[in-house]
Amino acid sequence: MNSTDLVTSFERKIDAEDKIEPRDAMPEKYRLHLIRQISQHAHSEVIGMQPEGNWLSRAPSLRAKQILLAKIQDEGGHGLYLYSAAETLGISRDEMIRQLHEGKARYSNIFNYPTLTWADIGAIGWLVDGAAIVNQVALQRTSYGPYARAMFRICKEESFHQRQGYEIMANMMKGTVAQREMAQDAMNRWWWPSLTMFGPHDSDSPHSGDAFRWKIKRKSNDELRQKFIDKTVQQAEVIGLTIPDAQLKWNEEKQGYDHGEINWEEFKRVINGDGPCNRQRIEHHKKCHEEGRWVREAAEAYQRKIQSINN
Amino acid sequence: MGSKEQLFKYLLRLGDNALIQGHRLSEWCSRGPILEEDIALSNLALDNIGRAQAFLQYASEVEGNGHTADDLAYRRSERQYLNFLITELPTGNFAYTITKQLFIAQYDVILFEALCKSTDTTIAGIAAKAIKEARYHASHASDWCLRLGMGTALSHDLLQNEINDIWMFTGEMFEMTELDKDLVQFGISPDLTILQNIWLDKVGSVLIKSGIQLPGQGYQQTGSQQGIHTEHLGHILSEMQYLQRAYPDATW
Repeated sequence: MNSTDLVTSFERKIDAEDKIEPRDAMPEKYRLHLIRQISQHAHSEVIGMQPEGNWLSRAPSLRAKQILLAKIQDEGGHGLYLYSAAETLGISRDEMIRQLHEGKARYSNIFNYPTLTWADIGAIGWLVDGAAIVNQVALQRTSYGPYARAMFRICKEESFHQRQGYEIMANMMKGTVAQREMAQDAMNRWWWPSLTMFGPHDSDSPHSGDAFRWKIKRKSNDELRQKFIDKTVQQAEVIGLTIPDAQLKWNEEKQGYDHGEINWEEFKRVINGDGPCNRQRIEHHKKCHEEGRWVREAAEAYQRKIQSINN
Repeated sequence: MGSKEQLFKYLLRLGDNALIQGHRLSEWCSRGPILEEDIALSNLALDNIGRAQAFLQYASEVEGNGHTADDLAYRRSERQYLNFLITELPTGNFAYTITKQLFIAQYDVILFEALCKSTDTTIAGIAAKAIKEARYHASHASDWCLRLGMGTALSHDLLQNEINDIWMFTGEMFEMTELDKDLVQFGISPDLTILQNIWLDKVGSVLIKSGIQLPGQGYQQTGSQQGIHTEHLGHILSEMQYLQRAYPDATW
């Protein structure tokens, strides 16, 4: 097959809604786009373990501690599937971690915000995982097979995460005055950053063109954001939380909520490195990776010894 | 059967050991040497917290004055905790954690095997579930002992060093207190002197295979069963109990 045939066969598959598999021909730009997106997704799962792990030692009940442990363990597992999915595109996990440490690969901007109170664990589960689910459900139909399949598995677990986060918030809203204030404060701090998880407005989204054509992306940033807002506003009302947006209003005509403008200046500042925790998150990852080096070297040396005995 | 107080105290020991060990393991979250190990250590932590809940739940029923498992975990102070000193030692480096895991998980395996035959059927039931987890924990720790002991010169020396340092905290796990002597009579708990010989064989065989020397019979620390702990426990509890203590009227 010459290169024109390769491209034609790729496009035919995309048109027919067939999945692209690792051994299939694909344009180099498609491969690079996916590596960028999947590795960012994997790094987000892993970096996200830090703000949640911050409350493991202070979880307020045995049940809460178990649920949080199980949830963070799931996030680590998602990181693993996603690193594996990216590896099918010809990049190693070591290389992806190097890119993360060098600032060439990103992770979700939301994790550059700190978890200050226990209610933040509720807010992350409910809002951050809630936003992630909206994104990930759409990605179940993405054109790259290994990525789509990873999304099916991940979505099942994420819906449990979202429920546990909502349960934390709901219990606090039924609790003491101090608990209700704590929950509302977390809502106030996490609402707007959650809305930025869908990325810039469609008119300002630099990667969308190719991603749509190749069916990597199936719904636009603004469509997904709208979906998230519409389902979340109702959930907030049920437990008595106020959405910190004075302009939020039901729009009968579009059958959805209108919302106030997102602070894109803050989004750009944080994504470009000046958020409250950017340096902390990366330094933590680098430090632990470095501290684990002797362990990885020992495991490799042991493996070589065993192989040489067996040969 | 033994008195209610005796059974309660024994259940606190079992529950506190799992709780403090689980708490220490959970400190590895986001800090593991590789992602797979980060997940594995969280999983071990989770098993321990689950076990703590089961034993403390039963302890609260035996105590019978309206306390919950959470009350026992979050409202008792340092001197009322009965976990072994080894469980509260700091997380340390990976070799330190693996050493603690090897000593504790091997102990748990033989203890729960014995407790499966306890005349107290609730304890036997919890032990039957815990034994499966403990076997996995022990094999995880043994595998890592082999890798570290036989891996590089650095990993070998680190492991040998931690084994030597922690050894003095192992004897306490087998002390026959007055409580143990009484509970053995009723068939509730096993004779720990018999368990100690099995433990020494099992741990010794893993260490020999890993190229690690067994420490000699030096002085063994003691105190936990009188509520005399290391300085570390107070810090664990002040962190762990912070929300429950700061908001005493709240439920979460």
